Amino acid sequence: MKSQANPQNTSAATISERATRRSLTDVFKNWELLLVVLIIIVVLVNTRLSPYFLNAKNISRTSSDFMEIGLMMLPMVFIVVTGNIDLSVASNMGMSASFMGLLHNMGVNIWLAALAGLALGTLGGVLNGYLIAKVKLPSLVVTLGTYAFFRGIAYGFLGDQAARNYPAKFTYLGQGRVGGSLIPVSVAIFIGLAIIFGIILHATKFGRHLYAIGNNEEAAKYSGVPIDKIKFSLFVISGFMAAFAGLVLAARFGSTRPDNGTGLELAVITATVLGGVDIDGGKGSMYGAVLSLLLIGLLRFGMGLVNIQSQVQSTIIGLLLIVSIFLPHIGQRIAANKATRFRWKTVLAVVGIIALFVLFFVFFFWSRAPVLAEI
Amino acid sequence: MKFRIFTIASILMVILSLGLAACGPQEEATEAVVEETEEEVVEEAPTCENYVLVPKNLGNPYFDTGNVGAQEAAGELGITVLYQGSATADATEQITLLNSLIAQNVCGLAISANDADALVPTGQAAMDAGIAVVTWDSAIAPAGRDIHINQAELAGIAQIQLDMASRLAGEDGGQIAILSATSTAPNQNAWIAAMEEMLASEEAYANLELVETVYGDDDDTKSYNEAQSLFTKYPDLEVIIAPTTVGIAASARAVTDADLIGQVFVTGLGTPNQMREYVKNGSSPEFALWNPADLAYLAVYTTHALATGEITAEAGQTFTAGRLGEYTVQDDPELGLNVLLGLPFVYNADNIDDFDW
Repeated sequence: MKSQANPQNTSAATISERATRRSLTDVFKNWELLLVVLIIIVVLVNTRLSPYFLNAKNISRTSSDFMEIGLMMLPMVFIVVTGNIDLSVASNMGMSASFMGLLHNMGVNIWLAALAGLALGTLGGVLNGYLIAKVKLPSLVVTLGTYAFFRGIAYGFLGDQAARNYPAKFTYLGQGRVGGSLIPVSVAIFIGLAIIFGIILHATKFGRHLYAIGNNEEAAKYSGVPIDKIKFSLFVISGFMAAFAGLVLAARFGSTRPDNGTGLELAVITATVLGGVDIDGGKGSMYGAVLSLLLIGLLRFGMGLVNIQSQVQSTIIGLLLIVSIFLPHIGQRIAANKATRFRWKTVLAVVGIIALFVLFFVFFFWSRAPVLAEI
Repeated sequence: MKFRIFTIASILMVILSLGLAACGPQEEATEAVVEETEEEVVEEAPTCENYVLVPKNLGNPYFDTGNVGAQEAAGELGITVLYQGSATADATEQITLLNSLIAQNVCGLAISANDADALVPTGQAAMDAGIAVVTWDSAIAPAGRDIHINQAELAGIAQIQLDMASRLAGEDGGQIAILSATSTAPNQNAWIAAMEEMLASEEAYANLELVETVYGDDDDTKSYNEAQSLFTKYPDLEVIIAPTTVGIAASARAVTDADLIGQVFVTGLGTPNQMREYVKNGSSPEFALWNPADLAYLAVYTTHALATGEITAEAGQTFTAGRLGEYTVQDDPELGLNVLLGLPFVYNADNIDDFDW
């Protein structure tokens, strides 16, 4: 038995190590760098366009708008790295928060109700994990189902009612600031958790296994990676974090309705993919995902300050997303075909990308409604 | 390597194009700001000019009609009213939008809220920043705004429907019937109770006889069938009042299909696009509902009055809202501070083509 286990372990290590090294060199040097450059551009442009952009109070207030997305994004990075997806996060968030709200309305202590909400969200994750890891159903289909199922349960809990009048101690989680500083509590929590999730992904065996699964599930399986256990735990973590994000949202709103957070799963996946996490699995970093959340937040806030319409804002984010998927694929093609016959296509592609960026800024100026900032 | 060179090249080009793009308009803007500040120094105290009308979502004809009224008010007051909303009718998105408006230090916000409770902390943040917060169409809970513009109140809705029925029945009056939504619908039941009381007590409606109240359950087919059975049961029926948008359209269609135009008239509460056909064919010559343009017009006037200090957020304060006349801030145990728009607007053949929602 022992003699069999050893070679398996070694091969698992080599595969996952190679995977890690590849993802770090390839992805980091291209995409994360581009994200940093984009963030700098966005900050510079916004600072020029609006005097209200570089204002600590404003940034503080607006940053908490993106923390629920961020909290759900952390486990989503894990899941997407393994080549899976969780579409049910926002619905799970609504379900857990509604359950907490229901208990609060019934007079249960708020912290007990919050714990129950967390437990229910985790249970939702267990359901996802069971169907995906044990029953072996595709994650896209399972979570598409629970996406509708969880939201339905949320309506079952609260119907057309709202839960309100949460005590100030609880709303501190979503509205409070750390000590006397301007840093919102939710942002501090997010930063702490992002570091922990980052360490797990990039510096532990568990993290290496995630890349191994994403790169080649079969190979990982035969090298002794406990695929089912890992997948199961990923969706449980995702369920827990969705419920936690639900608590933060409820605290920020000071109330809960069953439709809270509808559609946020798309924002979560957008932030993940824009962060360079390959939707096919095997590539991506926590660093990139956090940067992309920062980019989306700054971009949205800046566009809001110059009163660009919401639809145009979404168009621009969508455009960025397409570029983010487009670029690595070109990179792969060039790497695969070193022959010069593909050169004109490369030139076309680069011209296309530049055209998209120019279009982006044409939008930026063209869509500006009367700018209040200039008056 | 090639890829990396291209990436760097494209980044450089973006930065260049951006630098060019950013420099142009910015210089003009800075000059303009300098000129304006100089002028302002010459004039008296700085006035508040920037307001935002926030609908539940963009691309909704109801709110777009509201914006027409808001811009009319803006023109009269000499202020700027920006029309800015989220892409979907969702509280999370609306809060993000409101935060970016608060960050710009606008003078006032006139909001149609997507969630009465979730927007309270945001509304409070706006008020803390010295921004006048008024809600219209859909209120934020009283703690999260200064004043709500109430589109209609019970008595007004009941009265306008009886007035229309009275006009349609003619001088000698006659039999009327009510076709409502479900028998448990709280709004409709309150209006019907108010109408019954007015019919019994007020001289003006003495010649109207309410023969029956039926329920179409806000289902098109059921409402249609109920209307038909009313014609058969009461051959002398003059008017059907349907205080529900589903019921009024179904009744008007039933009258049209049964060739009873001119004998039985339908009135009540409806929306212009749905009722246009029946207003024009005479089956429902007039119906009522508040006018979103007037509602937003009043909201802008109220926000302006608050922001300029003409009124404070207290009951009993009065102000004039352009063509709509004088208004008083009222206090209500449920609604909190509010301003009542007035009687619902009557839509008829003369004005229906001015509306598209």
